[in-house]
Amino acid sequence: MSDSASAEAPAAADPSAPPVIDGAADLVIWTAQLESAAIQAAADKFAADNGIKVSVQIVAEGRTAFLNASQAGQAPDLINGAHDWIGQLVQNGAIDPVQLDAATQAKFNPLAIKGVTFNGQIYGVPYDLGNIFLVRNTDMAPEAPKSVEDMVASGKKLVADGKASEIMALPVGANGDPYHMYPFFTSAGGYLFGKSADGNYNPKDLGLTKPEATAAMAKIGELGKEGALKTSIDGGNLVPFFTEKKTAYMITGPWNLPDIKKSGVPFAISPVPAFEGGAAAKPFVTVDALYVASKGKHKTVAQEFALNYFASDEVSSALYKLSPRQPALISVYDQEVAADPVLADVANAGKDGDILPAIPEMASVWDPFGKAQSAVIGGADPATTIAAAASAIQAAIG
Amino acid sequence: MAQQSASTTSTPTQGGRPPKKQRLSVASKRGSTLGTIVKIMLLGVVAAIAVFSMLPLIDRRNWLGVILVVLTTAALFYIYLTPKLIPAKYLVVGTLFLAIFQVLPIVYTITTAFTNFGDGHRGTKEDAIVSIRSTSVKEVEGGATYTLSIGVSGDENTGDIAFLLADKDGNPFVGTAKGVAPLDKSAVTQSPSGKILAASDYTVLNLGKAASRQADITALVVPTDNGAIIAKGVSSAFEGGATRKYDAATDTITDSISGQTWAADDTDGYFKDAKGAFLPQGWQVNVGLKNFVDVFTNPSIAKYFLQVILWNFAFALLVMASTFALGLGVAMVMNSDKLRGRKIYRSILILPYAMPGFAMLLLWRDMFNTDYGLINKLFGTDIDWFGNPWAARAAVLIVQLWMGYPYMFLVCTGALQSIPSDLVEAAGVDGAKPFYAFRTITFPLLLVAVAPLLIATFAFNFNNFGAIYLVSGGGPFPADNPTVGATDLLISYTYRLAFGGQGAQYGLAAAISILIFIIVAAVSFIGFKRTKALEEIN
Repeated sequence: MSDSASAEAPAAADPSAPPVIDGAADLVIWTAQLESAAIQAAADKFAADNGIKVSVQIVAEGRTAFLNASQAGQAPDLINGAHDWIGQLVQNGAIDPVQLDAATQAKFNPLAIKGVTFNGQIYGVPYDLGNIFLVRNTDMAPEAPKSVEDMVASGKKLVADGKASEIMALPVGANGDPYHMYPFFTSAGGYLFGKSADGNYNPKDLGLTKPEATAAMAKIGELGKEGALKTSIDGGNLVPFFTEKKTAYMITGPWNLPDIKKSGVPFAISPVPAFEGGAAAKPFVTVDALYVASKGKHKTVAQEFALNYFASDEVSSALYKLSPRQPALISVYDQEVAADPVLADVANAGKDGDILPAIPEMASVWDPFGKAQSAVIGGADPATTIAAAASAIQAAIG
Repeated sequence: MAQQSASTTSTPTQGGRPPKKQRLSVASKRGSTLGTIVKIMLLGVVAAIAVFSMLPLIDRRNWLGVILVVLTTAALFYIYLTPKLIPAKYLVVGTLFLAIFQVLPIVYTITTAFTNFGDGHRGTKEDAIVSIRSTSVKEVEGGATYTLSIGVSGDENTGDIAFLLADKDGNPFVGTAKGVAPLDKSAVTQSPSGKILAASDYTVLNLGKAASRQADITALVVPTDNGAIIAKGVSSAFEGGATRKYDAATDTITDSISGQTWAADDTDGYFKDAKGAFLPQGWQVNVGLKNFVDVFTNPSIAKYFLQVILWNFAFALLVMASTFALGLGVAMVMNSDKLRGRKIYRSILILPYAMPGFAMLLLWRDMFNTDYGLINKLFGTDIDWFGNPWAARAAVLIVQLWMGYPYMFLVCTGALQSIPSDLVEAAGVDGAKPFYAFRTITFPLLLVAVAPLLIATFAFNFNNFGAIYLVSGGGPFPADNPTVGATDLLISYTYRLAFGGQGAQYGLAAAISILIFIIVAAVSFIGFKRTKALEEIN
């Protein structure tokens, strides 16, 4: 999730070639490795129930492969992915809206429906939500911190006592990570895009140009000065800090929960704390959904699968077993939360979050905004740095 | 030994035509049965490839492509079946591959550079109109929703499709191209939820059957007073319609609910409203020299172009020089007869070359981590490798030195062994000191052999995207400018420009790659000219 959420460019110049479509199949689904087993099981059952042939193909770099395949007239019928793909997929005419009637919509977490809505239309059948949270080592820090200041003070004390080597762990990396920094940024008063009257993000209202952004960056810079945020901690080396008990606090998402559980470190999950006297610390909420391709060859069957079969409790809980995100179906969430209370804490940490903007303009934000954060954490002047990032973003948005 | 070195120093592309082909034509001339059989098999493969490649072309109604494939295949058959046209037998395959793998991509890149091809501009105007229309399909306010069964009158495979509908009270209807008509309750069998399971005049299709009639199902429009009945799969339907329609006469899109209109702008491929706001779906148009003009006039590009180019040259030259110096030094040491266990040392030295480059680059990136990296820990230093511009430049150079010297070591070993040792011995007899002999005899001779490879190394490193992207990501970036970093090469810089911002901008990327090509071609041209001069001296 973190990679698709941060909308970074693909790691290699050549995205892996998409698979060849099976011409004999009645339905072709592309999926990422993570969810493939559940999608495959759902597809197999759907195929057996209806006497048709369904082909499930695992695709890396799904978004790029899907766009290229659509353009070449070789698109699959369905693909799953994060909701922030929607803007780009719609822009290129690659997906169709799905008609979820009011009764069906009511079965989903409202945030999930909000996530897949773009320009007033619903573009995908959501199946889970993801957000970041604070995970703490309950041996080292029994109480959830009340504020960022509280957390930093407690972390510093642990370091001074020799019980930990880091105050906290948040992936910043050499080039910044706006996705993980967003709760701090909002708590310190900043915002990315304003919202227009209909509740959609308004690309004309860029929050980085406002004085609040400078103030927020200054606060983030202070955390860098104190050694709480470090550019040398990134997504690659993050988890061992927590699992090897080098720090009591880590800010991360549900994708790292399996590793945290496996490590045996006693942990508890709470929302990312806010600054003292600051605004609420809002994480980004991302939604994973299944999309119907505009240029698929089997649209009827694809719609049948997506609308009348996929959004079932059975499929959704199988997906939950593979990737422990918050299920988008309320009924499945209620069922799973009874078995795993951690899920409730994760959901609680994200309940006031902001839906990650799906507007295509968001793609221009990640890179300059991230670099500005990493520069400020490294000691650069917040005002000039954020102004440069804002003007680079505005130039790209046009 | 001399032979071995000759094959080491020749580039792979100079390997020439596979000898198999030559043997084949000679054999077939003599009328050998084996030759004929091999020839028939190879032509069979050609025919198979032709048929295989024609299927998608026919599928997309690309008749020009089909004609081209047929003509090419026919030409190939004629050339290899006729006893005449001997020169063509040698040339045609190579020419064909040259056209497909070299000429075609270059032509495609050049034509793309003059368009706005990229995200939002991938397809034609017709595609954009279709997409705008289909993404505006909405349920009619207060419209009915139905459970749906697909019915067919007459034969399952050819009969007319009809929507067998049941509203939420369970009342049955039938929807055809003429409209919706109520059905007699006694003529249908319904499930408890109301879904029609059987109807007297229709055969109800299961999903498997419906799947084979997809095209007909999608084509069926059941008109209603407020729009149409639109199927959602094969088990539910709703009353709705597209709210945005294209009017060809005025070349505009109109939204039937808000009344807003967007006029087509063929200069940049968007439908725009009066304020200039555009619909997300655009189309590909020819933009002339705009992409090239952008490179030189866009302040965020033009302002840093010179800085990037300078570092780019420095990077490529330094990598080339340092790997060559280290590789040559090691090769000379390893060339000494006095050294024991040379084979083991050589094997170990080649290891960096044998390991997967991408993994090594990522490993090096982690080793340069300021707080937790091996390098700072090992030397007890506190260098902010990717935070300081000069440290970052040094880091990427060190990584490339490690990755690149084994190649130079291999090449120099081969070249050194091809230089007759009696030349140096004769110089020694004449009283030349070893270094003088090296400088005046060994080195110039070596340079003749390796100069083309040095140029190749330069050209490769000039565009060494992975070396930068995976290690430093182009950074560190000055606080006042997030678009260009201290270690950015042209290729990593333009990658960010073309793909980092507003999705993909293939047109701009193609324009910049043409500029990079011109630079590399110029450098290589000058380089090869100098090499020629070197050869003439000898």
